[in-house]
Amino acid sequence: MARIVVVTSGKGGVGKTTTSAALGTGLAKAGHRTAVVDFDVGLRNLDLIMGCERRVVYDFVNVINEEATLNQALIKDKRVEGLYILAASQTRDKDALTDAGVARVMEELGRDFDYIVCDSPAGIERGAMMAMYHADEAIVVTNPEVSSVRDSDRVLGILSSKSRRAEEGREPVREHLLLTRYSADRVKQGDMLSVEDVKEILGIELLGVIPESKAVLNASNAGVPVILEEDTDAGQAYQDAVARFLGEDRPHRFLEIQKKGLFGRLFGS
Amino acid sequence: MNLLGYFRSQRKQTAKVAKERLQILVARERAGTRGGGPDYLPALQEELLDVIRKYVEVDRDAVQIQIEKEGDYDILELNITLPESSQK
Repeated sequence: MARIVVVTSGKGGVGKTTTSAALGTGLAKAGHRTAVVDFDVGLRNLDLIMGCERRVVYDFVNVINEEATLNQALIKDKRVEGLYILAASQTRDKDALTDAGVARVMEELGRDFDYIVCDSPAGIERGAMMAMYHADEAIVVTNPEVSSVRDSDRVLGILSSKSRRAEEGREPVREHLLLTRYSADRVKQGDMLSVEDVKEILGIELLGVIPESKAVLNASNAGVPVILEEDTDAGQAYQDAVARFLGEDRPHRFLEIQKKGLFGRLFGS
Repeated sequence: MNLLGYFRSQRKQTAKVAKERLQILVARERAGTRGGGPDYLPALQEELLDVIRKYVEVDRDAVQIQIEKEGDYDILELNITLPESSQK
């Protein structure tokens, strides 16, 4: 049986799809067969971030409606062995993701994969609820900013009460905090919530901190998961996060200010 | 204090404000939604507050309701903070 991991946040634009692409790619690179599933029906974007947008023939909803088999719909990544993508459909029908349909696809994927990464849409509507429902683990992507932290807390509440694990009274969903768009410089100035602040408010274990980085936009422009940009700060931060997810103990980098100005270099500590 | 330090200290540390606001908000929202609490909790809280206010003047934060699960039981935890002036 596969581990099902939902990448969620409540708030939009915080980096869920970037994280789903990076996590899926990282897990596959570590030798685990991984499927990344886009739950954002109507606004699919995972295909674009992973650079396979021109290879989408069938999608998640086609599989649910039995218009295509899972094997026909899964797109095999050309860069990393064992990595597959299931695109969301562009239909505007919000009820396209049926409970039974999603459950069947999860079960079928579960037989063939080690990890299923569910890329949740923003909000707490149907698509987001469906993405969270089957999860064994949740990666809560949060920006160090008030509305994002509040929405993350809401999402944690939903995971602990509305997920399948909660309904069946099983061990709760394992929750991980991934802090993205972090600027150590602004934290030091006192204008941005620190890692410690967010950890204290949300009260969940920290998986990683991804620094605010130009590399993220560059990678998405090119359709390359940023984790494959191995010489960039964001790429390395994602590599660390995936390693930690797999149980490795790695120190948190990028919590300190990276670049020093001329003055700092001459006189700095 | 040098010039730079002077300007810095004048500026408000907005992250601190953000943290305080979030801590209050999150605590309140959790009391209402976490642990699968019933939907009537916020209404119950309001009505309790009204009753208490008949006798003592208290803040909105004075009544805290929480539902906790313990085995097969749901425990309703009610915390009412009375202001110091009300105690004689």
